[in-house]
Amino acid sequence: MSVFHRFANPNRFLKLTNQVLPWVSGLTVISLAVGLYMSFFTSPPDYQQGESVRIMYIHVPSAWMAMFVYTSIAIASVCSLIWRHPLADLAAKASAPIGAGFTFLALATGSLWGKPMWGAWWVWDARLTSVLILFFLYLGHMALMHAFEEQERGNKAAAVLAIVGFVNIPIIKFSVDWWNTLHQPASVMRADGPSIDPSMLWPLMIMGVAFKLFYIVVLLIRIKSELIEAKLRKYRRAVVDKAH
Amino acid sequence: MKAFLNIVSRDLRLALRQKSDLTMAVLFFILTAMLFPFGLGPEPNLLARIAPGIIWVTALLAVLLSLERLFLADYEDGSLEQLILSSTSLEVAVLAKVLAHWLTTGLPLILAAPLIALLFNMDSDAMTILLIAMILGTPSLSLIGAIAATLTLGARRGGVLIPLLVLPLYIPTLIFGVGAIDAAMNSLEAGAVIANARPHLLLLGAILLVSLLITPLAGAAALRQSVE
Repeated sequence: MSVFHRFANPNRFLKLTNQVLPWVSGLTVISLAVGLYMSFFTSPPDYQQGESVRIMYIHVPSAWMAMFVYTSIAIASVCSLIWRHPLADLAAKASAPIGAGFTFLALATGSLWGKPMWGAWWVWDARLTSVLILFFLYLGHMALMHAFEEQERGNKAAAVLAIVGFVNIPIIKFSVDWWNTLHQPASVMRADGPSIDPSMLWPLMIMGVAFKLFYIVVLLIRIKSELIEAKLRKYRRAVVDKAH
Repeated sequence: MKAFLNIVSRDLRLALRQKSDLTMAVLFFILTAMLFPFGLGPEPNLLARIAPGIIWVTALLAVLLSLERLFLADYEDGSLEQLILSSTSLEVAVLAKVLAHWLTTGLPLILAAPLIALLFNMDSDAMTILLIAMILGTPSLSLIGAIAATLTLGARRGGVLIPLLVLPLYIPTLIFGVGAIDAAMNSLEAGAVIANARPHLLLLGAILLVSLLITPLAGAAALRQSVE
């Protein structure tokens, strides 16, 4: 029976994915188009920073995603270690490169923004440093996952690492409050409501939603291809077994 | 408790018979630290200013070097499997191995640190803080490193993986370890040394407590996976 469950679950998942994927993809394209149009054309330039404030509409959602994806990986890892759910491993494995990509995007856009605003590509500020650590945690997670002969052991080891590395997430979130540094403090997600003007908040929020949807689309496609690959391996083995 | 002491004394005996392993970390620590005056020039004020960073970074690298052998020998000769099969709680065993590792790497580094501090022209107040910071910080290095050492057991290129996994997690210890000494060196009045360094030392203690909690759990989980 357990074998049945194992194969029944991914199949049900594939079916669901195929139904959901076109809708989510459509929503992603729409929200990304609207968000980009608003952030590049309708939102006002900043009174101090001028046009370069538009980097924010890419930078901030990327940074949110960098933390969000890592949190998802940590949750998936907990599910994988406690309930040994086969899809949780796949989700963690599929998420890691996406999260690393978002983290890199946040660092790169931050650097491009920092040059005109702070006069330097990089400063060793608490938030920048902790995001850089996050980037290396992603790299370590991916390297550890692929370091073993059996994929299963790699998945489990990477899951433990992801949970241990999760301590960094609250540090990133609160670094700008704990240490008074160059990076500005939180202006959107704070207890007394956002301190940012609605004309800028709206495009930012839409971009945030678009990035989340984009993550879901890529995640589903990656899990799907992993499942198909596993199936292919099984068929190939069956063919080889028959030939002998 | 008896099992804990047994594991510690076994590892210590093994380490004492392999004296080259024992001295390697300390020698590496002293030799790499000695390279900096050659690279940066022998100006005493400059050396005193950068000494905390150099001592901490080289200590961190010396610990890193010794991490691979923390569990590898036991993994290869099968004693790890015996340990898992035995009635000893694996969490306790991990802590015992880490304590033995700290006694053979962290403690010698602490003893060697004043020597380097002298060579780098550090004053005595800063040296006191350096020692306190290292006593609080080096156990965390062993504890955090043990997680990576257990996770990479049986991995291809395990030795290359360990730095990638461990260095990001070592950065907080490095920041507050150096921060404590810098705060001590920047305090103008003699009485304010401890008060200035105190927040950093407390944070180092917090890191130690958190890693004391996480390492046995994560390490034991990783050890069980490694022999599955």
